[in-house]
Amino acid sequence: MDVRCQVSMVFHLDKCIGCHTCSLACKNLWTGRPGTEYMWWNNVETKPGTGYPTLYEDQEEYRGGWEVDGDRLRLKLDTRAGELLNLAFNPRLPSLDDYYEPWTYTYETLTDAPLQDDQPVAVPVSLVTRREMEIEAGPNWDDDLGGSPIYAANDPNLKGIDEETRRRLFETERLVFFYLPRMCNHCLNPSCAAACPAGAIYKRGEDGIVLVSQEQCMGWRMCISGCPYKKVYYNWFTGKSEKCILCYPRLETQQAPACMHSCVGRIRYLGVLLYDADRIEEVARRPDHELVEAQRSLILDPCDPDVIRAAKAKGIEDGVIAAAQRSPVYQYVKVWGLALPLHPEFRTLPMLFYVPPLLPVTGSVDDGVYETSADFFSSLESARLPIRYLASLFTAGDEEKVVEVYRKLIAVRVYKRGETVGDVTPARVAEALELGRTTPEEIEAIYRLTSLASFEERFVIPPFAREAAINLIQLTQTRQEGGGMGFLRAPRRGL
Amino acid sequence: MQTLVFVVFPYVAVLLAIGVGVYRRRARAYTYSALSSQLLEGGRLFWGSVPWHYGITLILLAHLLAFLFPGVAGLILASPIRLFVAEAIGLALGFYSIFGLAILMVRRLPGQSRASAVSSTMDWVLLLFLAVQVATGVAVALFDRWGSLWFLSSAVPWLRSLVLLRPDAATVAGLPLLVQAHFVCGFVLVLLFPFSRLVHVVMLPAGYLWRPYQVVIWNRERRAHD
Repeated sequence: MDVRCQVSMVFHLDKCIGCHTCSLACKNLWTGRPGTEYMWWNNVETKPGTGYPTLYEDQEEYRGGWEVDGDRLRLKLDTRAGELLNLAFNPRLPSLDDYYEPWTYTYETLTDAPLQDDQPVAVPVSLVTRREMEIEAGPNWDDDLGGSPIYAANDPNLKGIDEETRRRLFETERLVFFYLPRMCNHCLNPSCAAACPAGAIYKRGEDGIVLVSQEQCMGWRMCISGCPYKKVYYNWFTGKSEKCILCYPRLETQQAPACMHSCVGRIRYLGVLLYDADRIEEVARRPDHELVEAQRSLILDPCDPDVIRAAKAKGIEDGVIAAAQRSPVYQYVKVWGLALPLHPEFRTLPMLFYVPPLLPVTGSVDDGVYETSADFFSSLESARLPIRYLASLFTAGDEEKVVEVYRKLIAVRVYKRGETVGDVTPARVAEALELGRTTPEEIEAIYRLTSLASFEERFVIPPFAREAAINLIQLTQTRQEGGGMGFLRAPRRGL
Repeated sequence: MQTLVFVVFPYVAVLLAIGVGVYRRRARAYTYSALSSQLLEGGRLFWGSVPWHYGITLILLAHLLAFLFPGVAGLILASPIRLFVAEAIGLALGFYSIFGLAILMVRRLPGQSRASAVSSTMDWVLLLFLAVQVATGVAVALFDRWGSLWFLSSAVPWLRSLVLLRPDAATVAGLPLLVQAHFVCGFVLVLLFPFSRLVHVVMLPAGYLWRPYQVVIWNRERRAHD
């Protein structure tokens, strides 16, 4: 048993209001430099939708992630030799047009324009070419289903859904969507790192954060194709790949990452998980329908004396083990089984988990009056989002897994409504509890962490810094050969 | 003059290439990159980059092998048929490279594509000398025929004398100007190497073929047994 520690996240999608505060907090902190304007290390997508970059989920096109070949796991992108032969031109690289061409406006004309008959206009100017441009796409171009006949209708996750359901999904009266905030999953089996010919992408031993060494990176661009979530971005100005660093400088000083700290809906949870690194490949090789369960089994019980002993033997600090025991992520993912990974079938073992959205509220219009349906909180059958669609996102198509999660979420609602409003019969509550395979105690715990949790309960950051501060800071530079984002000099483009 | 061009200049170029190249890798590693512009423009890059890289790599490989094993090369090229085939392949690869290089240059012209936005002066200097180098190479193949054979008795002894630190430019002193231009331009490219994006050539990641898929780096020493 090779116990390792992983900083992991849970996003509770029922609470996401799609305000993009997380994206802006991240952008302000990390991606304001030339060449990074189009990078959204954190972004919020509307689902159904084609995501960012457009259609990133279509791995037949982009070949990201892993595939099983007999009893071996191999990169979907190419063989190692094949990659080397494609260094001059990567046939699977998205173009800037699959993202968008970043722009600004000529604001100065508003103040500099000479006296004239017409109002001066600030025209859009490309941040790449500095020429005037026609804006054709931008970040969140399909926000709240904008342009849904082009974007939402082409969502790859709608593939398995029949025509009738699909048509209903896009009827004006029944339109439905939810938000999917995305960032680097800091995978246990990162295919970006595996695809990097230079070996520049590495996982930090202490916390599992995946980083691109800015000095080792040669700009071969294979990581961008290799990552099925398209969360490694190519800086076209400096010729280096960049990605979410999970705000490790903040984590090391006991602060939550910027995106999480700023989250208005408080949908984000962060904590550490202990897992068995020996089993990574075996788990990633499982058949599609076993992946979610297998990944859960990889996560170890931080209170189990055997696990603690093994963790200590591997040099994991007591403070980290204590943090793992209080981890909100462990509760959501392992204990309650409510949080699911995004597209487990990519086989990278992503360590960012989502509690699928139970709302949107169902409703109908009668005689011009909007009525919420009778089973406002509680019915899976009247769910507006097809289970099949959610299964395509979160369980590699296994609808039963999604239903399991929903039954428990519904049980929480039914139980709490019975308790606080009192209009639910005890029989109905008992039925919901049984279907959800849960208990009043568990429901209380879920309710607490979902609705009432304080900042300290949502973000349980292990003491990476305090105890080992000097050790960490002094050795980081010498041992990592300047890895990561800690620039000693301004990041200038090479000659 | 001959000494300056065929002895001093090559040494200066190689020393600078190694010295500056190593310094830049150690002190300014961040500036080492292939500086790909594929994200900005991919359509024409395919028709430029692939012919260029494959063409020039094979040609350089042929040059290198002939230099390393002149005896073997001489034996192989002793038969007129084989010589003719070798020259024909070389010439074809030369045209293939030039074709690619021309596209690479056109796509970097202002207004042609977004790639022009990331084209530095050094990129143009480099492109120019690469063009001159391949053009003179093709011209030599066309007008001073059977270079793959006479190269063995002129350029190879000269280069070998440089490597062995017993410089002797006698064997190349009397060659046609076109051929001499090809040699000089070659060392200009060596000189440009550490000051341009050419550095990516030596970073060819052959280690990828055997390294483990996952790289894990610890900030601190792992305690206890591991």
